[in-house]
Amino acid sequence: MISILAARFRDYNFLFEELVKRDFKKRYKGTFLGILWSMLEPLLQLLVMVLVFTHFFGRDTPHFIVYVFSGLLVFGFFRDSTGQGMQSLMVNKGIFNKIKVPKYLFLFSKNVSSLINFWLTLVIFFIFVALDGIRFYPQFFLLIYPIITLTIFNIGVGLILSALFVFFKDIKYLYSIFTRMLMWLSAIFYTVDSFSIEVQRLFLLNPVFAHIHYFRLIVLFGQIPAWHIHLICAAYATTALGLGAWFYKKYNYRFVYYM
Amino acid sequence: MTINVNNIAIRYMIGDFKNIGLKDFIMQKLKKEYVAKEFWAVDGVSFSLEKGDFLGIIGNNGAGKSTLLKAISGIMLPTKGSISINGNIAALLELGTGFDGEMTVRENTFLRGALMGYTRDFMHETYPKIIEFAELEDFQDRAFRTLSSGMRSRLAFSIACLVKPDILILDEVLSVGDGSFRAKSEVRMKEIISGGATTLFVSHSTSQIRALCNKALWLHKGRQMAVGEVGVVVDKYERFLSGE
Repeated sequence: MISILAARFRDYNFLFEELVKRDFKKRYKGTFLGILWSMLEPLLQLLVMVLVFTHFFGRDTPHFIVYVFSGLLVFGFFRDSTGQGMQSLMVNKGIFNKIKVPKYLFLFSKNVSSLINFWLTLVIFFIFVALDGIRFYPQFFLLIYPIITLTIFNIGVGLILSALFVFFKDIKYLYSIFTRMLMWLSAIFYTVDSFSIEVQRLFLLNPVFAHIHYFRLIVLFGQIPAWHIHLICAAYATTALGLGAWFYKKYNYRFVYYM
Repeated sequence: MTINVNNIAIRYMIGDFKNIGLKDFIMQKLKKEYVAKEFWAVDGVSFSLEKGDFLGIIGNNGAGKSTLLKAISGIMLPTKGSISINGNIAALLELGTGFDGEMTVRENTFLRGALMGYTRDFMHETYPKIIEFAELEDFQDRAFRTLSSGMRSRLAFSIACLVKPDILILDEVLSVGDGSFRAKSEVRMKEIISGGATTLFVSHSTSQIRALCNKALWLHKGRQMAVGEVGVVVDKYERFLSGE
């Protein structure tokens, strides 16, 4: 199994690299200004949210800016990665309609450029963390864990969405409505403390919130999250990837018939 | 045997949720009004080719020729039947599509090479030859969208044909570019074919098929009307065309 995967990887690593290069260049139009511009979006969002919601929640929440930013950072990664992933098959249909090629590479390549974008935003996030007077703890290195599980989760969701998008064009609108609602439910600019313990647990049913929660525990409280939070993140990742892989395998060849 | 196509059939689903979207699809499913129409683009096709065979595929529009080539290229899986292939395939289907207009000619060439399964080393080595053959030396760093359609086909052809494929699949692409390039590309194609490649070729021109091929396959509305020695099949097809 592993050796098959390794051989596949060797066979396709040139193609994969070329795809990543293309997606990255197209995203930023190959310019430094393009990269800067994409950083500006989360910052503007942050500015507005902090301006508006400090009045309601900011007074009782320490490091409110970092609190909001961590939510926006994680949610932004999720939305960008799955949204780009959704379109990965459609925008490349001209290619795999003519050339035999493993289609999941298009999705992975989009995910890599989302991941790069996320890391760039993460750097800015840490600048904010430092400016806000939060000390860096060794625990910060644990953040790699939710980043990995969320990346896997995003790939799984992307596999499903990209296949659905081939069949149903309105998925795009339905999904944007869905993510907007999910964003309200992700406690980005409010805290869940005022809810009862039971309701607070319900929030963990939202995979994105579980990851935001992990980030905040580490960054704001220097706390290593409990084992069940680790388990929840891993469970979301494996479930999404499993479902996505099954879905992809099932519909992989059918895409072409509907193009 | 290089290619063995065993009683394959390929089904498309048409006129269904491609147009209606998820909301309507669910509503129609709930009301049990949902109907998916089937369309068999290819139905019951069988043939086999030896190394060096040159098969011409003829038939009217919508006969299933392109779909058949896609199945042999491995882009589609046949709904029924099986296809076995020995050797690597270069499929030239609808040349000039699938490129990215915003990227440069150089970037597009490398991406296309990678898509066709070439290695990085091979591409670095072959890139100058590709550009030279396509006569695009002055356009390497221009955006692909600035190329004329003739230039695009030239590039696509050059990328696909500077290798030595065991199997060559051509969808009406023998006529690429202007006069001088056409001559050059035909020479190149003949080199590949005379090098022992097995070739599948779709064309509307029966005289071209007679001149080039040793075998022919006639498709009509997805069905196999005749297959075998080129003269016999093309004669039948021409009799059919003239209304007999």
